[in-house]
Amino acid sequence: MHDTSTASGVAIVRRPRRAKALWLLLLLVVLLALMLASVAVGSRVVAWPDIVAALGGDTEGFDRAAVAKRVPRTLLAVLAGAALGLAGAVMQGVTRNPLADPGILGVNMGASLAVVTGIAYFGLASPTSFIWVAIAGAGVTAVSVYVIGSLGTGGATPLKLALAGAATSAALASFVSAVILGRNDIADGARSWQIGGVGGGTFDSLSHVLPFLVVGGLLCLLSARGLDLLALGDELAAGLGTRVATARAGASLGAVVLCGATTAVTGPIAFVGLVVPHLFRMLIGTDHRLLLPFSALGGAALLTAADVIGRIAARPSEVAVGIVTALIGAPFFIFIVRRHKVRAL
Amino acid sequence: MSGSVTKTTQTPPAVPAAGAVDTVSRGRHRRGRRRLAVVVVLSVLIVAAFAVTLMFGRTFHPPADVVRVVLGQDVPGASFTVGRLRLPRAALAVVAGLCFGLGGVTFQTMLRNPLASPDIIGISAGAGAAATFAIVVLSLEGAGVSVFAIVVGLAVAVLVYLLAYRNGVSGGRLVLIGIGIAAMLESVTAHILDRAAEWDLQEALRWLTGSLNGTTWDEVVPVVIAVAVLAPVLLSRAGDLETLRLGDDTASALGVRVDRTRLVLIVTAVGLIAFATAAAGPIAFVAFLSGPIAARLVGPGGSLLVPAALVGALLVLVADFAGQFLFGVRYPVGVVTGVLGAPYLVYLIVRTHRAGGSL
Repeated sequence: MHDTSTASGVAIVRRPRRAKALWLLLLLVVLLALMLASVAVGSRVVAWPDIVAALGGDTEGFDRAAVAKRVPRTLLAVLAGAALGLAGAVMQGVTRNPLADPGILGVNMGASLAVVTGIAYFGLASPTSFIWVAIAGAGVTAVSVYVIGSLGTGGATPLKLALAGAATSAALASFVSAVILGRNDIADGARSWQIGGVGGGTFDSLSHVLPFLVVGGLLCLLSARGLDLLALGDELAAGLGTRVATARAGASLGAVVLCGATTAVTGPIAFVGLVVPHLFRMLIGTDHRLLLPFSALGGAALLTAADVIGRIAARPSEVAVGIVTALIGAPFFIFIVRRHKVRAL
Repeated sequence: MSGSVTKTTQTPPAVPAAGAVDTVSRGRHRRGRRRLAVVVVLSVLIVAAFAVTLMFGRTFHPPADVVRVVLGQDVPGASFTVGRLRLPRAALAVVAGLCFGLGGVTFQTMLRNPLASPDIIGISAGAGAAATFAIVVLSLEGAGVSVFAIVVGLAVAVLVYLLAYRNGVSGGRLVLIGIGIAAMLESVTAHILDRAAEWDLQEALRWLTGSLNGTTWDEVVPVVIAVAVLAPVLLSRAGDLETLRLGDDTASALGVRVDRTRLVLIVTAVGLIAFATAAAGPIAFVAFLSGPIAARLVGPGGSLLVPAALVGALLVLVADFAGQFLFGVRYPVGVVTGVLGAPYLVYLIVRTHRAGGSL
């Protein structure tokens, strides 16, 4: 991806191409190492020969079977993390808001509520229907949060949008618990709709969600150029020939599809989409054509790392990945709120 | 709330005309009467709701039986249901509601922002996380849990304030930082609950959304003591709290020791919230809702402490009763108040944004 960035720009002048290639290489190595760790580490300690054998498709014996179960889980963490990182970068670009994140803006919780409602009252059962409903819920939430956040003077300022998102998220979380508690028969698996986790990943669920992630990811990546122009401000972008509304809608749709599809499998996970784009904006600059793929890879690495940490920290049980990302991400959120001169309400 | 802030600015002209004095005093009387009426009506409603809670349930007990049980007589059948099950539960609903209402409106008034209530900026979440930690990990009981909850609640309050401080505290920044802190603390609670697998769903819910299920007198007594000790302290500072609304400079010019008053207010309010949370869990949004509702009822001017406390008590009582018997399934009180409060939270933000600015 890095050698397509031939357009001139301050970021490119400041940061030579070779540095970006190095970052990309480093990121890929880290991600691979984390994936390996995720397969190797767990409540059960497995010797290397068994791991290698299990990865080769041999599931004889307890150890190898355990490792084989970690493979889809790892893949889910990678895919979900990539989707959330990418969606976060796109949301920050679309809203020009440093505090945007699928979790903070309530989009993931909206998807979660839609799925829970569907299960409880409309007899939803198939994984694909979960995904469609989750995408619908994510879309409705995204639009209403944006509308609430942009009411009044000054449009959707970072503070207003973040407040609207946090309030909506809290509201939706209340409804999720109300729906779940009304139905004892579904309450068992219900925790996963309040706090996200990747423990439930299977090859089956992956196969259902993958097409959606591909479509959403492509929509997002294709919108990179539009996001770069939107960053100049709506008037200037329109003056340069961008269809502002179309660019915004396309990018948002991609992000919503990613969030909805991910949440349908993992439950709501917050803060991944907040942390990662910020990190890479510092490292490689603000060019979205680079930022978006980097954010996807970074999100994958962060979520995989969070999952591994969650499994190491609480042996022999585990900490849900949503809890780990909140513990890592919330301090970062506070840091950004403090650092940015977010205009007072 | 925003309206009442601007209208309390009572800077009298140097030489007031006789007519103006009359107008002001008439207005003050009228508002005083309205306040009194609101307080009386709320009290009556609380007593009525309390009585209904004691009488109705799976089985009905006539008022005469209930009165005899409350007076300590032994009534076959009613003594257990009313005396052991319903009475402590209703009592905790009232005192916890008082605590949440008082604590919430104190923060909202002091920070001049209805969103800055303890359940949104992480203080309730801190007390809840501390209580679960004390019970599950440290195996504490009773007073130890409350003390731990208060210490952590105070620490969270101080932390949020310090983190939000940059050339003064802006309301929006404080609220967002509080939301971030709350997210962390809630995940700590969730993790502790995950580990304590032997807890049943009800007990877990108490710490996630607040619940009064299975209340015993052991849990009620500390909260009653907390209200008896801390509420008078808070009420004695009601005037200073009102003056603080005018801003720190004006308040200190009017003779309020700003820092000391604020310290006392924070410690008492957090104490009330923490005691109630340790007993009933962080009953969602009661602290947040009570103040604005009371402000609507009472109208501009005057302290909101007493009306807000009564609104809180009434909210918890009614929501608990509704959660138990209105829906076919038994909902814990925190879910009912959460579902009530959540849309109001969004509405408040919509209204604030519409009005184009300060909360």
